[in-house]
This record gives sequence, structure tokens and C-alpha cells, in this order.
Amino acid sequence: MPVSEPSISLQNIIRQYGAVRAVDDLSLDIAAGSLVALVGLSGSGKSTLLKMINRLVDPTSGTIRIGDELVDSIDPHILRRRIGYVFQNIGLFPHMTIARNIAIGLELAGDTEGRKERVAELLDLVELPQEMATRMPDQLSGGQQQRVGFARALATKPGLMLMDEPFGALDPVTRDNLTEQYKKLHQRLGLTTIIVTHDMAEALYLADRILVMEAGQIRADATPAELLSGKAGDEAEALVAIPRAQAAHLIELSKST
Amino acid sequence: MSEAWQQAFARVPELLAAHVQLSFSALLLALAICLPLAICAARAPKFSSVILGFSSLIQTIPALALLALFYPVLLGISALVGGGISALGFLPALLALTLYALLPILRNAVTGLTGVDPAIKQAADGLGMTSMQKLRLVEAPLAAPTIMAGIRTAAVWTIGAATLSTTVGQASLGDMIFAGLQTQNWTLVLAGCFASAGLAIIVDLLLGIIEKAMAARHKFRGWVATGLLAIGLIIALLPTFQSREDIVVIGAKGFSEQYILARLVGSRLQKAGYAVEYRDGLGSAVLFQAVAAGDIDVSIDYSGTIWTNQMKREDAIPTDQMLEDIRSWAKDRYGVAMVGALGFENTYAFAVRPEDAASKGLQSLDDLARVSSQFAFGTDLEFLERPEWKMVKAAYPLRFKEARSFNPTFMYPALASGDVDVISAFSSDGRIAANGFIVLADGKGAVPSYEAMLMISSRRDADEQFVSAVKPLIGAITVETMREANYMVDRDQDKKSPRQAALWLDSKLREKP
Repeated sequence: MPVSEPSISLQNIIRQYGAVRAVDDLSLDIAAGSLVALVGLSGSGKSTLLKMINRLVDPTSGTIRIGDELVDSIDPHILRRRIGYVFQNIGLFPHMTIARNIAIGLELAGDTEGRKERVAELLDLVELPQEMATRMPDQLSGGQQQRVGFARALATKPGLMLMDEPFGALDPVTRDNLTEQYKKLHQRLGLTTIIVTHDMAEALYLADRILVMEAGQIRADATPAELLSGKAGDEAEALVAIPRAQAAHLIELSKST
Repeated sequence: MSEAWQQAFARVPELLAAHVQLSFSALLLALAICLPLAICAARAPKFSSVILGFSSLIQTIPALALLALFYPVLLGISALVGGGISALGFLPALLALTLYALLPILRNAVTGLTGVDPAIKQAADGLGMTSMQKLRLVEAPLAAPTIMAGIRTAAVWTIGAATLSTTVGQASLGDMIFAGLQTQNWTLVLAGCFASAGLAIIVDLLLGIIEKAMAARHKFRGWVATGLLAIGLIIALLPTFQSREDIVVIGAKGFSEQYILARLVGSRLQKAGYAVEYRDGLGSAVLFQAVAAGDIDVSIDYSGTIWTNQMKREDAIPTDQMLEDIRSWAKDRYGVAMVGALGFENTYAFAVRPEDAASKGLQSLDDLARVSSQFAFGTDLEFLERPEWKMVKAAYPLRFKEARSFNPTFMYPALASGDVDVISAFSSDGRIAANGFIVLADGKGAVPSYEAMLMISSRRDADEQFVSAVKPLIGAITVETMREANYMVDRDQDKKSPRQAALWLDSKLREKP
């Protein structure tokens, strides 16, 4: 399967937990190379939707394709090795050095050659100093740990990146930094990225397409520019209103000083 | 170091080897059982509560009872599969200790595996680890310190509980403790305690270092401790690698007379060129069954015990007839040869203090029945459960105000000090005469005769050299010499070891008419 810049297609996806439908008959196509943000409140189904793409969650019904391949035709662990996955809690392995954490995907795949060089390359890519390689995760700050999380996800050169609130636990400065850097990485490496976030400002800044989710369904599907101009409907407008009001307030403040 | 200590510690290497072998095997087996179970349990919470509940239940059974229970269970299994399973010695001890070690290992392993941060597990899944890879690369290493702590607890428990395996005929450091307790050789008891406590402390210390090294990911320190543990294990096990083909196993119950007679039989067999070893401190029922099963080659048993406990007879018949009945029953039923009676009897004798005998006019069990409601009764550990007690109660209306069980060693001091007023003494015990206790007559003949008899298992029965080595003991020991020999071991001053007493007894054997 050519994994570079795959397109993704979801058809009539339903995920049911008891009587509750977390994802309710949702269909979606994502073009190769796009950076899509899934925005919504807690419980809107955005995380569940993301995890169905790498089969951490299986849909109750419906089909998901990456490129033209059905995901449930591939063994879950094989599928996941082809997809970069980054999430809020990072989940670095505390008993492994940073270098081994980064190279774990290569270790699983049995790639023994050039592991050291690849780790050095990835540390550069996420802008961490080389001497971090021999440290243990608990010796790093939260921001540094998430950089390692990105490096680990990128190690096997996946074409698709799934990110679940990747900047959620970081302080604003670090968060801003990493968001900026990831945007560049996405273009440079030619990735397809889906990022789940509840922060509309982040989505507006980062994504080229924003999907607003509510009650397991997509309520708005628009570019940042369309959203800001109010063309995407009332649900989207409610979410956009908050960063817009904050921005207006900040502008007011700076004028008055 | 005094001679007594040197003698006591001389037994340590061999018993330590057996002790280490047993404890280590039990731990390994428990680990082999627990780790797969814990992995399943960590993935299925319902299964987890079932197996943890089961292992907690086992823990509520006292270790001694658990050991005792395996004896009949194994006998039953052996009978079911047509024999060949040894119900005595290593196997029951191993199984009981293994069961006992399950809980701490299982509980810690489940806690360790389920306690792994969900984020880390999610990362492992997200990276595409298979279930096995996740276990090997992530869950096991992260749970290892917790699992190690459980192994450590189990190791200390197992080493401690292994001292009890003496009671099912498995050699351990407990042999010294039990033998010392029976013969009031406190040096021997202390030496056994020191050795087993020392072993437990050292193992605990080394496992503790490994546990901490794992938690701190300090590989070097962990390997050093593991290496020391391995070296210690090899050194401790060295004595077991010495050749031990065709060793005669001599069984003895847990009192001085049995220890002495076992050594007497042993010394005669050694002179005839046999290698011997002793299984001391066995219960009455265990001893006979062990001879029947061939786990023990030779023992001294008592006619009344076989008559009531094994043959379930309660009728009183003349001694000669009884011995003949036992001889043919043992032969037909189990192939055990009753070679003959040694010439003395060790029956239950009700003994009282001389003051009481004089002031209350006590001469017989009838007299005792009269005053029994004011008397406290002291017995050995098994008497109240034995059929003889029922037979005595049936013949005499005895109603004691209380009944207390003692280790036989402490029964005599308890009577002397007034803790109890009458005891179920043994008629061949030297301490009856030494204390001046009065034995009450059994006018109705309620207690059957307890002739000491030489029993040989079917394995040795046909060996003429073997039989002729022990046959001179038949009819050669009078109750007076036996009492004197017993008292040499039991008295507080100038104590002799069972071996010394056996040597003395050998020199006093009665010439056959």
C-alpha cells in the first residue's frame, strides 16, 4: 500500500456504546495531503472517530478506507505501524531511553539498519538536542516529551498522522511553538494529518479544513476563512465566536494602552 | 563453640540443601503457575477475582494443615492411577508450599500488570505492538518491580513454612527444630531456627536488592544480586548431588523412644553395609501408610495403634493372638512384614501426682472417674482424637473439668507443676518414674496392648541380609532398659543424644533364650 499522502474515506460509520451513538451514521472523504481539524466539545464523538481510522476502536457498522484499502482487511498491528499516532497523554515508555522510545516503531518492524542515524535525524526534526537520546523520559519537560512523541510517531515515515489533542497538556508558549513547527513538518514531509482538538483557535491557525462535530455527526465542514466569515452555519459560528471575541478584546486592550 | 553447637550445626549442610531444594522448587512451580494466570487475569477482571479469591482461601488454611491434607489426597490419587505416586516426602511438601506461595505472587503480578498507566498501553497499541510485544516490551518490564516484591514475600513465607514439611517426611531444617523439641535439645532447636531464619533473611535481602535495582533500572546491581543468589543456590544444593542410590529410609514418630529405636535399627543396618537416612517426627497414621507404600523401609510401630487406627478393631483380645492377627493383616493387605515384637510395651498410662494419689486414694481408673470432675486432663497432641480415648471413656465414666493437649515433652512438666492433674503418659517413658508419678491401673482392660513391633516394607522383606541385621532386636528389649534409654534423652541434666542412647541400648540387649 502506498502510504504517502493517502486519502481517507469513511462510509456510513456508526459506533454504538449501549444505547448511545458516539458516531452516528457519518460519511466523510479526506483528500490526500490535507491537514484536517476535528473540532467539537467533549463527547461529540471526535476522538472515537479518529481512533476508528487506526482501529483502536472498531465501528459498529460502516466502512473505512485508507487509499483504496479497507482498514479491517489489515491486521490491526500492521495497520497501526503505518500510521503515526500522537495523543495528549503522550505515553512515552518510562523504562526506555529517549532513543529507544523514538526507534520503537523500527524495532517492532525489525528494521535494524541505520536506527541510530534515524534517531539523530528525528531529534533534529523535532528540534531536540542530540544529547537527549540517552536520557530517560522523566528527565524531560512536558513539551520535550511531546516532541519525542512526535518523533516516535514519525520514525517509520508514515504518510498519515492521527493526533488526538496533541498539544492539550502543554503550556501556551510551548504549545504555540509546537503547533507552528508541526504545520511546517506537515508540508515538508507531505503528510495527511487529522487532528482532534476542542480549541477552535488552534484549528483555525493550523488546519486547511475544519470539521465541527456534535452528537456524533459533522455539523460544519469548511475552511478557516469560510468559518471566520460566518458561512458555515450556527453551530460553527458559536464555536468561532469565542476566539473572535477574545481577539477583539485583546485588540481593544492594546489600543487603550 | 561448644560441642553441642558443633553437633547441632553438623546437620545443617545436608538439611539446608534439602530445605533450599524444596523452597526453590516450590517457588519456581508457583511462578510457572502464577505468571500465565496473572497475564490472563490482567486482561479479564472477572477471572482475576476468581483466582485471587481461590488463592486467598488457600492462605486461610494453616500451613501445617495444608501439608497434612496433601497426604490423603495424594494417596487417593495414587490409588486411582494404580500406584506409583509417593504420598510422602518431597511431593506433598512441594505441592503444599507451592499453593501457599500462589497468593503473594499472583496478587502482586495482577496488581503490577493492571497498574500500568493506560496512556502507556494506548501508546503501545497505537504504535502497532502485538499483544505479546506489548507484554514483553512494556507491561512486563513496568510490572517487574511489583512482581518481584511478590516473589520476595513468597520466598520468605515458603522458606519459613518449609520447616513444617518435616511432618510429612520431607527433610528440611524443620527436622532439627522438631527433633530438638521432642528431646528438649534446645541447642538443636536454636540451630534449626538460626539456619532457616538466616536463609530467609539472606534471600529476602538479595531479592530486595534485585527488586530495587529493577525499579531504579540499575542493571548492574540487579545482576550482581542475581549472581550471588545463583551461587548461593548452587552451594546450598551441592550435598544433594552426592550419590544416593539405595538408601534405607527409617521412619520414626515424634517422640524420644522412636528416635532412639530408629537409630538402633539404623546402626545395625549400617553395620550390615546399608546406607541409611531417617524420617523423624511423622504422625502415627502417616508412618504406617508410608511403610505400606514403600516410602519408608522400616519402622517401629505399636500393636494397639495398628489395631485401633488401621484395622479399626475395638475388641480386646490376648496379646499373642493380637500380634498374629496384625501379622497376617499387614502382610495380606499391604505386603508389610511384622517381623516381631521387641519385648516391651508402650501403652497409654494414666498418671497422677503422688500427693493426689495419696490424699484422694487414687489407685485405678475407677478411682479417677470418681474425682474426674475436679481434674484437668493433659494429653499428647493426638490422644483425644484416638479410638483408645473413646474406649476408655466407654469403660470408665470420666468427665474432666478441662482437657489440654501438649507436645509430649511438656506433658510431664505440666503434671509436675500442677497445670494439669492427670496425663495420658506413655508406660515406657522414663519420666514417670523419675518424677515419682503414680500410674493408675486399668482394671477393665479398656486400653489395648501396645507391644512395640518391627515393621518392614514389602521392598525389603525379601532381603535376607536386611532382615537378619534387624532380627536380633526381636524380644531383646525389656521395658526397664527402654525406660532408661528414654530417660537419658528426656532428662534435663546430662542429656544424651538419641544416637548415644541407641548405642547404650544396643549394649543392653537381652540374650535370646
